[in-house]
Amino acid sequence: MSGGVDSAVAAARAVEAGHEVVGVHLALSRMPGTLRTGSRGCCTIEDSMDAQRAASVLGIPYYVWDFSERFKEEVVDDFIAEYEAGRTPNPCMRCNERIKFAALLEKALALGFDAVCTGHYATLLTDENGNLELHRSNALAKDQSYVLGVLTDEQLRHSMFPLGASASKDLIRAEAEARGLAVANKPDSYDICFIPEGDTQDWIADKLGNQTGQIIDREGNVLGSHEGSHGFTVGQRKGLQIGRPAADGRPRYVLEIRPKTNTVVVGPQAALAIAEMSGERFSWCGQPPASTSEWRDILVQVRAHADAVEAEFVVQDGVMVIRVKQPLLGVAPGQTAVLYLGTRVLGQVTIDQTISAVSVELEQGLV
Amino acid sequence: MPVYLDHAATTPMREEVLVAYLEHLRAVGNPSSVHRFGQDVRNVLEAARESLASSIGCNRSEVIFTSGGTESDNLAVKGLYWQRRVEDANRKIIVTAATEHHGVLDPIFWLEQHQGAEVALIPVDRNGVFDLGWLQQFVEQRGQEIALISLMWVNNETGVIANIEKITQIAGLAGIPVHSDAVAAFGHIPVNFAESGLAAMSVTAHKVGGPVGVGALVVGRQVKLVSLTHGGGQERGMRSGTMDAAGASAFALAAQISVSELPARQSKMAALSQQLISGVYGIAPDAVFSRGEALGLAETVHFAFDGCSSDSLIFLLDAAGVSVSAGSACTAGVNRPSHVLLAMGRTEAEANGVLRITLGHNTSESCVAAFLSAFPQAYAAAKKAGLASK
Repeated sequence: MSGGVDSAVAAARAVEAGHEVVGVHLALSRMPGTLRTGSRGCCTIEDSMDAQRAASVLGIPYYVWDFSERFKEEVVDDFIAEYEAGRTPNPCMRCNERIKFAALLEKALALGFDAVCTGHYATLLTDENGNLELHRSNALAKDQSYVLGVLTDEQLRHSMFPLGASASKDLIRAEAEARGLAVANKPDSYDICFIPEGDTQDWIADKLGNQTGQIIDREGNVLGSHEGSHGFTVGQRKGLQIGRPAADGRPRYVLEIRPKTNTVVVGPQAALAIAEMSGERFSWCGQPPASTSEWRDILVQVRAHADAVEAEFVVQDGVMVIRVKQPLLGVAPGQTAVLYLGTRVLGQVTIDQTISAVSVELEQGLV
Repeated sequence: MPVYLDHAATTPMREEVLVAYLEHLRAVGNPSSVHRFGQDVRNVLEAARESLASSIGCNRSEVIFTSGGTESDNLAVKGLYWQRRVEDANRKIIVTAATEHHGVLDPIFWLEQHQGAEVALIPVDRNGVFDLGWLQQFVEQRGQEIALISLMWVNNETGVIANIEKITQIAGLAGIPVHSDAVAAFGHIPVNFAESGLAAMSVTAHKVGGPVGVGALVVGRQVKLVSLTHGGGQERGMRSGTMDAAGASAFALAAQISVSELPARQSKMAALSQQLISGVYGIAPDAVFSRGEALGLAETVHFAFDGCSSDSLIFLLDAAGVSVSAGSACTAGVNRPSHVLLAMGRTEAEANGVLRITLGHNTSESCVAAFLSAFPQAYAAAKKAGLASK
C-alpha cells in the first residue's frame, strides 16, 4: 500500500472478496523520514501514514517492509547505469520486475502468503485452458498493463489486480470516498519516486557529473558542444544550444546518444521516426506463443502513455525484432516495447537498437 | 488472546494507578492558582513529588516533572551544555556513547551541528559495555574542556547495565556533571539518585506502569541548567508550563509500587527470562544473545538471528499472536539495522535480524510459553524468507 487511493481501494476489494489481507508499505528510500510536499515520493512519512490509516479503516494489519537496499541496487543504480549508457530507462517497470513482483513476492510467499495484490489498472483473465492472461484495464485512460508487461507466468499466478474491471479512476475515487478512505482525493503521483525535485536531468547530472562533448549531425559535422551526453534523451529538442541553424531552418532533435565518445547526434524530426527495434532482453507475459520464428502481426506500445501501433515481430538468434507498419516517433534504446494481441499483453522487450525509417541519403534528399 | 512481550516499549498501566489517575483527572484547578481549587491540585502534585523523590532517592525539590523521557533528555543535555558554556566557553566537549537512545544522541548531534559542541564517543565492546579505562584517560587529558557526560544507566535495546557510580567517580575528579538516561533502569533495578553521584537523571512513567506523557528530570539541588521552555517559571524555572498533577500522581504511585515490589519481581523476571533464553537456544542454537555475559536487565532479552530479517520475525510472531519488537523503529515504522548493535561492532546483516523480547509486571509463564510455541515456525519461515530475499 503506497498511501495512494488505488492500492487502498484494491485492498478494500480484496478484503471484501473474503481474502485474508495484510497491508504492506514498501520502504524504498535509504533516507526515510522526509516529509515532502508537492512532488510526492514512495517513502515519505506522509504516504506511510496514509497507507497505515487506510489499513486501519479496513481493519487489516499493516507493516512497513524495508526493500531500500534492493531498490537501490536493482532500480536506482540500474536507472543511472542506463542513462550512463545513453539509454532511456523506465524505473517503474524495473521496480515491478525486480521489487514488487520479485523481492516482495518471494518474501511474501516465504512468509506464507499466496499473492501480492496491487492497485494497478490491469485485468487478469483465464483462457479456456486455464492459463492466465494479462489484459488492459477497462479504464483505458488509466490502463497500466504496459508497466506490468515484465511479469512472467509464474508472477501472474501470484498477482491480483482488483481494479482492472473498473471503468474509470473517478469511480475508484468515489468508491474510496464511500468506504471512508481519507485518501479518496489525494492527487495522483506522476514523478519518479526517488527523484524528489522531479527534474531527472539535474538529478542525473548530479550523479554522473559533467564532461564536455560534441554535438554532431548524422554526416559527422560538429555543430556545438554539451556538458555530458547523459543529460540528453532521444527525441529531445530543447536545450541543444546549437548556434548555427539547420540548412532547412527546421528545429533539430536528438537522434542518438553515443556515451562511449560522449557524443550527441542531432537531426530533423523526420529522422527520429524508426522502422525497426530489437533487443535481447525479452520475456513472455503468461504462456509464450507457440512459435516465434515466423513474422507475426501484433500491436506494440513503447511508452506508458503511448498508443499501441501495428507491427510484426520475430525472434531470431535470441534477439526479438519488431517492425512497425508506419514510421514511429518517440522510441529510444532503453525503453521497453510491450507486445499486445488485442488487449492481451503478450510480452516485452527492452530496446537495445533502433533502425531509423529515414536514411542519411533520404534526409539529405529531404533538405 | 494476543500476548504482549514488548514492555520496554511501554508497559500496561497498573489497575490501582489507573483508578487513582482517573480520580485525579476529574479534579479541576491549576496547581499555580492561589484559591482552594488550585491548592487542592497543588497538594496532589506536591504529594506526588515527595513520593516520587522517595522512590528515586532524591530530595523533593530535585524532581522536575516533564512530558517524558525524551523531553527530560533534551532538557538535561541542552540545558547542561548551555549552562556550562556560559560558565566557561572552553567547555564544549560532550562525552556520550553511540549506543544511547535517540532522545540523548539527537540533541547532542544537534548541538554539534548548530552550537559548536564537540562530541566524544566512549568506546563500547561487543556486549555494549562502556570502556571506562578510556573514559578515565580522556577525563585526565581533556577534563577542562568537557561540558558534560551523558551515559545511559540501562540500555533500552540490549538491557546491558552500566556502572554509573564508577562513571560519576571518574567525572567527579574533574568536576564534570554527569547525566544519565535512567528510563530503562528506574523501577527495574535499584536506583538511588543521591548515591549515584549524578547531576541529572531522566525517568518516565510509562515504563513502570504509569501513563504515557509524564516523566521527570531529576536535577541535583546544586546543579544549574538553562531552560528550554520559557514562561510561567514553574518547576524551578527549568520547565515552564501548567503542571500535570494527575499524571504526576499516577507516575508517583506506579513508581512506588514498582520500587517496593522490585526484589520479588527481579527473581520472577530472572526465572522467566532463563526459560525464554534457554528455549530460544533450543530452537535456534546459533542465536547470539546480544549483551553476552555482561551484567544486564533480566526482563530484556535481545537476540540476533543469522539470516533472518527483523521485520519477517516480527510479522510472523505478530500473526501467531505474540507481539515483540526489534528494539528500534523510525517514525515511518521502518525497521533499520539497530544503531545500538552497529555501535557494538556488529555488521549491518547481524544488526538487521534481531528480536527484543521484554517482560513486564504482568508477564506470566504462559506468556513465555506462548512465545516459545510460536517461535519455531516463525524462525523457520523467516529464515526461508531471508534466503529468498538475498
